[in-house]
Amino acid sequence: MELNQLTAHELLEKLKSKEICSRTILLSLSQRIEKTDPKVKAYVRNQGPVKFAPQDEAFGELNGLPVTIKDNICTSGLNTECCSKILRGFRPPYDATVIDKLKKAGAQIFPLKANMDEFAFGSSTENSFFGPTANPWKLDCVPGGSSGGSAAAVASDEAIWALGSDTGGSIRQPASFCGVVGLKPTYGRVSRYGLIAFASSLDQIGPLTKDVEDSALLCGLISGYDPQDSTSINQSVPDYTKSLTGDIKGLKIGIPKEYFVEGLDPEVKSVIEEAIDKLKSLGAVIKQVSLPHTEYAVPVYYIIATAEASSNLARFDGVQYGYRAQADNLLQMYKETRAEGFGQEAKRRILLGTFALSHGYYDAYYLRALKVRSLIKQDFDRVFQEFDCIVAPTSPTAAFKIGERTEDPLKMYLSDIYTISVNLAGIPAISVPCGFTKQGLPVGLQIMAKPFDEEMLFKTAYAYEQNTDWHKIKPKL
Amino acid sequence: MAIDKETIKHVAHLARIDLQPNELDKLSANLQDILGFIDKLSSLDVEKVSPTSHILPISNVLREDEPRTSLTPEKALENAPSKKGSFFSVPKVIE
Repeated sequence: MELNQLTAHELLEKLKSKEICSRTILLSLSQRIEKTDPKVKAYVRNQGPVKFAPQDEAFGELNGLPVTIKDNICTSGLNTECCSKILRGFRPPYDATVIDKLKKAGAQIFPLKANMDEFAFGSSTENSFFGPTANPWKLDCVPGGSSGGSAAAVASDEAIWALGSDTGGSIRQPASFCGVVGLKPTYGRVSRYGLIAFASSLDQIGPLTKDVEDSALLCGLISGYDPQDSTSINQSVPDYTKSLTGDIKGLKIGIPKEYFVEGLDPEVKSVIEEAIDKLKSLGAVIKQVSLPHTEYAVPVYYIIATAEASSNLARFDGVQYGYRAQADNLLQMYKETRAEGFGQEAKRRILLGTFALSHGYYDAYYLRALKVRSLIKQDFDRVFQEFDCIVAPTSPTAAFKIGERTEDPLKMYLSDIYTISVNLAGIPAISVPCGFTKQGLPVGLQIMAKPFDEEMLFKTAYAYEQNTDWHKIKPKL
Repeated sequence: MAIDKETIKHVAHLARIDLQPNELDKLSANLQDILGFIDKLSSLDVEKVSPTSHILPISNVLREDEPRTSLTPEKALENAPSKKGSFFSVPKVIE
């Protein structure tokens, strides 16, 4: 087995015993990237052989282990462009808090950044200025999105593990499409300082990994209060690896009936049902529950998320960084910079958000959406009074073909139907591999828990993973 | 709710985005579809529901007003498309 195929916890053992050094891991990754990334295109701005900074003394918990980072998380001196033309050439003068934490733990930030939908606007990574990433399992399919580059890099062994961001499913859905583990932590668990904002009340950074143990490890490293992010919560971070007991006897799991309706692919449905049976055989108590406002989640999301995005993206005006169009006066400079710098989906969302916030429409759209958001959150509160976690599909289908949904934004939005409610309610959720369709495309099982109960996710996901082999199967590239 | 091209033009001006005529057609059609879908929300009675703008029970997070180091002007200007001295430079605003 090549080093790049191993998990982070396996490599950490080898680093600790000095059997290998971090340089050999980097070389193994760069050889893999050279071989497979021309097909997968998980990384952006890849100009041939990967250049590494001179090796520092390996130190800390991570001993120089590399981590791959999505292109919307600020890395000091390393281009961070949100895969948008408007941020062309942007080199942040500072590190995001998650990067700072990882560096302090001894991580090496991988010098190539992972592809994504422009500003995380999308569910397929097709909205990237740099072009789409391919699904490692089937190259004519999408890897999901928006963290499609991170998911595809991990799935194809071009990364050991990676960070992504999740606003409406952008970690979990690509994890599901690529057959890896993806976690969206509780809102406020991980600092958003240095994450280029999409929708500030929904965004969270989280890990994409080869197994649940790596997810628990990486989540522990990036979590915690940060005075630079006033929405991060001052609550101690448990040792998440302690939840990996494998024991879920007596656990009360709710299955939301609204997630098993028309639109759910029959093949995905049967794979999920098998996974639920597995959890039952491990001693969990399974019962059907109801989240009655599920059908309103997508419309609520596309008002709140676009409203927040239209405000957050106002800063891209050609003045302080990135692309600037030439024009004679300031107003025209703004308008042409934004016309030329943003892609179609970004324009669509900015316009929708601006409309929803504009005079005369605010009450009918934005305020109403905020109220329905309360109802969606109350649905979860009610279920969690009685249940430890909720289990459902991550996505209604497996990966779809590249180009299949680009002309129909609404259809694209509906691919997030099972992941969006989690962001609106602020709760944590994880997607773990749970099987394949007949075509050989991975399917993900989603587990959701109460706010700040990531331990429940790791416990349940680990028990499932240890009793199945899905996470060990790799795509042939 | 119908959204016409004039409304889109107005919104595009508010958002400071110049739209090409072909973009205007396409975006109008897209937004019309999306708003039609969003109208689903109008069927719910939300009169007695309070809005959630923020999911966590925290408000008015304040910190001590203590001076600390920030980016130097040189560092802050590193990414500027155009600069003069220690300022960002933009096209003329006043004739």
